[in-house]
Amino acid sequence: MIEALFFLFAAMAVGAAINVLVQKHVLYSALSLIVLLVSMSGLFILLNADFLAVINVIVYAGAIMVLFVFVIMLLNLPEDEDGADRMRWLKFLGIPMGLFLLFMILATLWNAGADAGVQAQMPGSPEAIGRSLFTDYLLPFEVTSLLILIALMGAVVFAKKEL
Amino acid sequence: MNLDSFIDWILLPLIKIGILFGLLSLVIAYLTLLERKIIAFMQVRLGPMRVGPHGLLQPIADGIKLMLKEDIVPSRADKIVFTLAPVITLIPAFIVFAVIPFGPRSIHIPGFTIPGLNVQVAERTTGFFITDLNIGLLYVLAVSSIGILGIILGGWASNSKYPLLGALRSAAQMVSYEVALGFSIMGVLMMAGTLSLVEIVNAQKNAGAWYVFLQPVGFILFFICGVAETNRAPFDLPEAESELVAGFHTEYSGFRFSLFFLAEYAAMIVVSSMAVTLFWGGWLRPFPNIAALGFLGLVPGFLWFALKVLVFLYFYLWFRASWPRYRYDQLMKIGWQVLMPIAIANVIVTAVLVLWLGGSR
Repeated sequence: MIEALFFLFAAMAVGAAINVLVQKHVLYSALSLIVLLVSMSGLFILLNADFLAVINVIVYAGAIMVLFVFVIMLLNLPEDEDGADRMRWLKFLGIPMGLFLLFMILATLWNAGADAGVQAQMPGSPEAIGRSLFTDYLLPFEVTSLLILIALMGAVVFAKKEL
Repeated sequence: MNLDSFIDWILLPLIKIGILFGLLSLVIAYLTLLERKIIAFMQVRLGPMRVGPHGLLQPIADGIKLMLKEDIVPSRADKIVFTLAPVITLIPAFIVFAVIPFGPRSIHIPGFTIPGLNVQVAERTTGFFITDLNIGLLYVLAVSSIGILGIILGGWASNSKYPLLGALRSAAQMVSYEVALGFSIMGVLMMAGTLSLVEIVNAQKNAGAWYVFLQPVGFILFFICGVAETNRAPFDLPEAESELVAGFHTEYSGFRFSLFFLAEYAAMIVVSSMAVTLFWGGWLRPFPNIAALGFLGLVPGFLWFALKVLVFLYFYLWFRASWPRYRYDQLMKIGWQVLMPIAIANVIVTAVLVLWLGGSR
């Protein structure tokens, strides 16, 4: 049952991810990205990380993607016609980086293959996540929140030239 | 998969989903009649009177009309997204009900043997809810935040100016009020110490008081934001008929329009149910800890729940009949400059009090 669901969500995620790249229209890409995020949440639930799954939907699919769609609608971008030509040089950078990323993922998977007991131990409850955020990962957590605060202030400065 | 887990995880939920879906459709249909009747009453009119006695068959006539009407897709519309948008709005509005507890875990199904097959089915207890997630509250927030997308996409795909303006307003409004909504719930979370909706109601039973008496500010904020989230008067700017014709669903007709309509009313029921569950004691009778009022317990829990939800639905209609619509800048100002600071102050005060009075109960 869980295997079947895993393959369902995994296939949805991969299909949506490919669709994000293939689609000519930005809005369709954004919609595929939402499908990708929701199916990733499905995978999180299968890993007993319910909290992460729901937060993923709230933050990414519900808030950030709504803003993406909002901006796409406001700008009313034309279909991607000559954009690919201007960005041609990017493939000299993109292909090696993609290969490097693939290598990293394969190496990680290769090493992690034997450790099957991870799923049962994974602390996915809100309480466990909160505890580890405020004890083991306190410094990264505080640094991230500082970063978000700076970004927030930056957004205000950009939006209002004179305060 | 053996028989018991099949019953627990597939058969019982399917039966409950079927019952809930049927009831919900009926309630939504008659909510439209109730709305017209109550607003008519407040405006000293009669409301629909022609179809059936006192217009009681009006929702059925409306439903048939919506089904049979011509389905028009604007020629310049984006066909795929135009078709998809009402569905994206409707599905989240309905699947939210999966975690709402309508009553306690008190349905006893006695064990029995299936004759002929000689299979023993164990005795079990189930509740008046489809499932009890340990993150139920977050699930509600997550699923309802997806519903916004349908409204935005519908407005964009119509390729027409009024729907686009309505959709933009709707996106800005829902994102703004979602923040204050989230903060208004946090007081309840800190007092209950759990995210499961069933456990939040049980915590109110143990505390001996509905949380509205301990969190009055939180409740008022929650309901204001809830009304704004559902695009209802006085926050119905996305579909302000005097300026935007009908907002995001201007270009929709027939059955597709009715899907948006269903989603809006389902969302109203969700907000009312959440208000009841979080603040008004869910299925609990009034004064659950006073034994002298025990006779109130004769009324089953789900009826108390339905009664309380009806009160809040009545509030929705009352608001619509009483208050004029806000201007757009007023709406944003209320959301960010009034509700947000109050909500954050409420969170801080509650946190201090919960810590001071000895942790979560």
